[in-house]
Amino acid sequence: MKLLYFAWLRERIGIGSEDVSPPEGVETVAALVDWLKTREPRYEHAFERTESIRVAIDQEQADFSASIIGAREVALFPPVTGG
Amino acid sequence: MAVRVQEADFDTGAEIAALSTGRDDVGAVVSFTGLVRGGDVSEMVLEHYPGMTEKALEEIEAEARVRWPLEGVTIIHRVGPLAPGARIVFVATASRHRAAAFEAAEFLMDYLKTKAPFWKKETTPDGAQWVDARETDDMAAARWQS
Repeated sequence: MKLLYFAWLRERIGIGSEDVSPPEGVETVAALVDWLKTREPRYEHAFERTESIRVAIDQEQADFSASIIGAREVALFPPVTGG
Repeated sequence: MAVRVQEADFDTGAEIAALSTGRDDVGAVVSFTGLVRGGDVSEMVLEHYPGMTEKALEEIEAEARVRWPLEGVTIIHRVGPLAPGARIVFVATASRHRAAAFEAAEFLMDYLKTKAPFWKKETTPDGAQWVDARETDDMAAARWQS
């Protein structure tokens, strides 16, 4: 599964994308983020306030309770500020 | 193409003219141009999510076309580094009558601001900072949901 990070989330984690294989049982966005936070302090720092993080699964807006089973691309980012 | 994401600047006059050139069924063209405000800001950088951005903008356009009888829609959003005064975003709508064109243009901007994956980073004398999302933008988008 490909993970993408944007804006300050990308800066805190230090990379814009990576391929990951979450362990069995990690089936939702919320579980994915919880798992990422256990990997390294930079992830814990980046995801310390999950209420200010948005998610897209395969380029469609989703929420933290959404399933990631079968997803090819999961993007995590702050609220958008275009226009 | 009705939706464009690009680093290059655009010609608002040409874009407006293109919506009605060679046709006589358009009675109204409304356009909005968003610019980088100066003041403390010396530079703005626009980041986006290539692929999803175009898809999100196309969905927003499709939604506008369901709600209003539009003869044409153009959405242009710039990305990359932008100086104060630079054009960032352009939305234009063409319709037979002005009410649909005005309303649809406002709807497109309200939805674009809350649903399209763009992020602004501003450089000020205090350094570079990511712009926070504004609650007023969410409220502006929410009023179209009734």
